[in-house]
Amino acid sequence: MKVLFKIAAAAAISLTATVSMALEFKPAVIYDQAGKNDKSFNEAVYRNGVLQFAVDKGVVVREFEPQNEAQMEQGLRRLAQRGNSPIVAIGFTFASAVEKVAKEFPDLQFAIIDMVVDLPNVQSIVFAEHEGSFMVGVLAAMASETGKVGFVGGMDIPLIRKFACGFEQGAKFYNSEAEVFANMTGTTPSAWSDPAKGAELAKAQFSKGADVVFAAAGGTGMGVYQAAKDESKLAIGVDSNQNYIQPGTMLTSMLKKVGIAAYTTWEEAQAGEWEPGFKVMNTANGGVDWALDQYNEKLITAEMKAKVEEVKAQIISGEIKVHDYMSTNSCEM
Amino acid sequence: MSQHKIPGWVNFALIPVLNVLLAFLVSALVFVYIDISPWSALKVMWQGAFGYDEGWGYTLYYATGFIFTGLAVAVAFHAQLFNIGGEGQAYVAGLGVALISLSLGNVLPAILVIPLVIVFSGLFGASWAFIPAYLQAKRGSHIVITTIMFNFIGASLMGYMLVEVLKPEFSMAPESARFPEASLIPKIYEVLKPLGIELTPSPLNLSFLFALVCCVFVWLFVWNTKWGYEIRAFGANPSAAKYAGVNAVKVTVMAMMISGMLAGFFALNTVSGEMHQLKLNYVAGFGFTGIAVALMGRNHPIGIVMASLLFGFLYQGGAELAFEFPGVDSKIIVVLQGLIILFCGALEYMLKPYVEKLYLAAVAKKEVSHA
Repeated sequence: MKVLFKIAAAAAISLTATVSMALEFKPAVIYDQAGKNDKSFNEAVYRNGVLQFAVDKGVVVREFEPQNEAQMEQGLRRLAQRGNSPIVAIGFTFASAVEKVAKEFPDLQFAIIDMVVDLPNVQSIVFAEHEGSFMVGVLAAMASETGKVGFVGGMDIPLIRKFACGFEQGAKFYNSEAEVFANMTGTTPSAWSDPAKGAELAKAQFSKGADVVFAAAGGTGMGVYQAAKDESKLAIGVDSNQNYIQPGTMLTSMLKKVGIAAYTTWEEAQAGEWEPGFKVMNTANGGVDWALDQYNEKLITAEMKAKVEEVKAQIISGEIKVHDYMSTNSCEM
Repeated sequence: MSQHKIPGWVNFALIPVLNVLLAFLVSALVFVYIDISPWSALKVMWQGAFGYDEGWGYTLYYATGFIFTGLAVAVAFHAQLFNIGGEGQAYVAGLGVALISLSLGNVLPAILVIPLVIVFSGLFGASWAFIPAYLQAKRGSHIVITTIMFNFIGASLMGYMLVEVLKPEFSMAPESARFPEASLIPKIYEVLKPLGIELTPSPLNLSFLFALVCCVFVWLFVWNTKWGYEIRAFGANPSAAKYAGVNAVKVTVMAMMISGMLAGFFALNTVSGEMHQLKLNYVAGFGFTGIAVALMGRNHPIGIVMASLLFGFLYQGGAELAFEFPGVDSKIIVVLQGLIILFCGALEYMLKPYVEKLYLAAVAKKEVSHA
């Protein structure tokens, strides 16, 4: 009798759960431990995804910021228990949590950025960072007078080497003699928030003759941009459009539209067109790009603009194949 | 008036409770300031931490960690040694757990691997406390300074090990591979399932019971053994203890190594019990919070269990608060914890003179009326 009652109760609960799910569209996002105001990756999702979605669709996206390691999985599960769907997890650190929780809630939709989780209810969104980096690499080589350009990475992980490798290919595509200096800030997550060391690395590269530096280093990049301004060199921003940070010495920014990716996922789900699986955000679908606005229009000559647009078209058409570091774990030119 | 003694319950129960209430009162003002009703906030936190089985699971899971780090601080404190290095000792102990789990987890059955995991977590934690202890005992290097510095050395060592040695190829996050099944400490809900008790999955694992065993061990050790007596004697008055024949080097090293061992057991709960892999910075401040837990619990196992429950409640209830009030910055929980630490740790004795005066006045009045 007790068992029967339990089954009935469980059925009733799952029934109400499906009913409420069908009635309500409840998108959610879970940031990583850096928090939504990290001036970089998470903030791009917050500003271009969450806020934009509220403006356009009038739907408030449920947000959660975990405070410690245990809360990452817990937070994801709590969002799922409340019937939120789709839930977008920001960053590769969520891989194991998404894998566990998505299995527990097969009826809900999940998405993870920068990582692949192979489950029937998970959308894995990865970016073709190598293509975007290639484009800014071309611009860097064109703007450089010394023929030497620099790259400052955050944490030394395959993802950042992918940026570096694409950048180097781009620079050498325009100028096969170009010299590229690449440095990583560190090997742990603190490398994402060390502007002092970023400035040191940039200055070291300037002293070796580099005059354009591309930073793919989260908050560490702020130090790189400052160093470029102090020495009247050029810097290239990353992820969001960072041209406004040091107007006049920011050549451009490599855009990785994480906010749009999250936005699209919610939009698709709302329209009932959401699909699980592997989703690549690349140059062709506007997932990666280079930035031109009022802050850097004086630095980008007509010739540079024409060239990079040509390269962009060639990447889209497949005429230029940019090697992806992560496909072989090595940088092949 | 002075012929009346202040009974223990005033010092060990009444004052801590008053301190906590005071902290909650100030927190309530903070909540009012940010337009949240303190009453509903408390209700959400209470409901989230104790209202359903998963909440309980998380609360006790956090509490388990605090019991280990709290006991660690307490044991050293009885020898008047302020072990600030619980954070680093727990962190390095994770390495011991990972090495055993990854190397033997596939070779030996669980019944052999898990005891080895327990031994190695304790061993690694204790050895990380040994060097500061030795330096303090032999060279007079202050334990506070050396243990803090060893936290940094530990963090660098672990960063190196995770990035260069333990990280699987093609992986981006600085974390080890997942441990084999046999080396994991079972979760409570998994253990209870075959017995017909269904619980919602939560990270609560058998380390909780082990933490309670450690509480009994600490009580027996500190108050019922010769070594514990030496530690307490040395803590009360080092010169007198030395004069009475206590070996200062031995006592210092013993107290610190047991302290390090207990801090090391933290890895069992978090690494073997929940994460199932070693991650960068996995201790996440629990080692430091252990100091507050020990202070609040007056360095006694029962007090530490109570204080751990309070902090477990704050951690779990706080996460729920962030859920129920999405507009509120989740850092509000940090403010709450800070206030509790402030009132129960730093301002521990603020109320003491007043409470004692009140108590004595009440007793005196009673006597007058009797007369």
